[in-house]
Amino acid sequence: MMDGDIRVNTYDDGSTDAQTGEQKIRNFNINFGPQHPAAHGVLRLVLELDGEIVERCDPHIGLLHRGTEKLMESRTYLQNLPYFDRLDYVAPMNQEHAWCLAIEKLTGTPVPRRASLIRVLYSEIGRVLNHLLNVTTQAMDVGALTPPLWGFEEREKLMVFYERACGARLHAAYFRPGGVHQDLPDQLVEDIDQWAVEFPKVLDDIDGLLTENRIFKQRNVDIGVVNETEIQEWGFSGVMVRGSGLAWDLRRAQPYECYDEFEFQIPVGKNGDCYDRYLCRMEEMRQSTHIIRQACAKLRVEKGEVMARGKMAPPTRGEMKTSMEALIHHFKLYTEGFHVPAGEVYAAVEAPKGEFGVYLVADGTNKPYRAKLRAPGYLHLQAMDHVASGHQLADVAAIIGSLDVVFGEIDR
Amino acid sequence: MADPKTAALTDLGALLEAKRKDSVLSWDVAFGELTVDVAPSALVDFVEFLQADPACLFSSLVDITAVDHPGRARRFDVVYHFLSMYQNHRIRLRVAVREDEMVPSITSVHPSANWFEREVFDMFGILFSGHPDLRRILTDYGFRGHPLRKDFPTTGHTEVRYDEALKRVVYEPVKLVQEYRQFDFMSPWEGAKYILPGDEKKA
Repeated sequence: MMDGDIRVNTYDDGSTDAQTGEQKIRNFNINFGPQHPAAHGVLRLVLELDGEIVERCDPHIGLLHRGTEKLMESRTYLQNLPYFDRLDYVAPMNQEHAWCLAIEKLTGTPVPRRASLIRVLYSEIGRVLNHLLNVTTQAMDVGALTPPLWGFEEREKLMVFYERACGARLHAAYFRPGGVHQDLPDQLVEDIDQWAVEFPKVLDDIDGLLTENRIFKQRNVDIGVVNETEIQEWGFSGVMVRGSGLAWDLRRAQPYECYDEFEFQIPVGKNGDCYDRYLCRMEEMRQSTHIIRQACAKLRVEKGEVMARGKMAPPTRGEMKTSMEALIHHFKLYTEGFHVPAGEVYAAVEAPKGEFGVYLVADGTNKPYRAKLRAPGYLHLQAMDHVASGHQLADVAAIIGSLDVVFGEIDR
Repeated sequence: MADPKTAALTDLGALLEAKRKDSVLSWDVAFGELTVDVAPSALVDFVEFLQADPACLFSSLVDITAVDHPGRARRFDVVYHFLSMYQNHRIRLRVAVREDEMVPSITSVHPSANWFEREVFDMFGILFSGHPDLRRILTDYGFRGHPLRKDFPTTGHTEVRYDEALKRVVYEPVKLVQEYRQFDFMSPWEGAKYILPGDEKKA
């Protein structure tokens, strides 16, 4: 069959589509994006349609390619950190986390316990940030307008917590190799805890808007079903796996940071469709809120350093004023940067979208020899052709929403 | 260094070497990660084995990338990461290839290798034999060169702008108004190999 040829359907009774002699029908190719509100960024899909049925879907990506990996090779380890905020800009700190873990693995740096707790706290805030955006914009893709308005209000509150910790709403650069940049004020921990008490009410509201909504269900139930084999074949991770019933979560399976001391459930779906993935995300937000409350409780007790004071961390301001060595250290750290011993590591975190990994090849200098960023959305979008084929054109928007793609991380 | 995770990976490495003597060139465990060097010709077979063997079950492809070492005869290392959700372990395969050498595609075993191999082709110019659709993926339509090779300048070769007179986007060779800022911060106090006048008297 050629591109653009019409498919001849066979029906249950054995009959096929009748064709007259002069009939000439061709499939229709359309461009979905790069400027389309439901494309979640700069995605260009070349869709081949038979009527309203998607026959083939070819995503053209790279419209947001900034050459991050190339740029990283000519910058120091610390200068590279802010690039991670710009990958998945919906949950910036989760990406930084992977970079810090990779460097810490190579250098063998232990992270102080308070810093570890802060990282868990902010990773979970990032997860809520991401899921709020995804769940509500997916609802918008299928026709609802209120959920994003309600969800973004909460996102704004969370970004204020980002700002109070590091000074920036989005591009945080807060997690550093060896800990976090600055300690949290006590009041901030209290405010985050207070937010976590109130947030389930907002979730209930969004839940009431969407979960039993007739239109939302019609557009999402039984759409974009993936089973266990497909998960393995297409390398899915994160909610794409859990929505299909596999309780796979790196926080549990391969614990990093101090996740092993937190109590949380891993929600799984049953049918692996867009609706189950939505339900998983909603429940994950509740679980994250639960973790946030635990982290706040631990942070009230656990005081102390938030940086492993050594070659990778800057000296404190007070030291710099009195010690010549500290001043030299500060200058050298921010110009030459620290050196990382030669070796190669792969460090992965359970980012909100799935497994975000960094493959770092160090050659013993102050710059990475090669850094590969493994974005979960890249694999999810790759399976678009597989998942969307046979669906209606209108379902494409629902599936893109459910795959949770952000082009910052896919195009890198 | 006798933690159980490293021990399990060491066992796995020894098992792979015993079972697939012809494919495994060498292996080691570093930083709690298992790396196996594989010959390009044995790659597809070995990946299939890793996927099926009950002790491995590396059913999920995590990543494919490459590393450029211009100084080496076998210039590129193509690096594969696999994950087993069932056995909960990871493995890294490394395939060293020359610049003119083709790597067999593993899309027949893992369909998800498709975009990864396209990306490696795009960024490094490594060709994969048996790939269904080896097009560029991340760079611009009509892009020339392979950006992640070490001999490709970070600034690139062309720049684009919107031309008001022509009413379209035009491509031009890169013109830098100042030299590309690439500072060498490496400490001179560690690297100095030269002998200062007078130093010879000390010995």
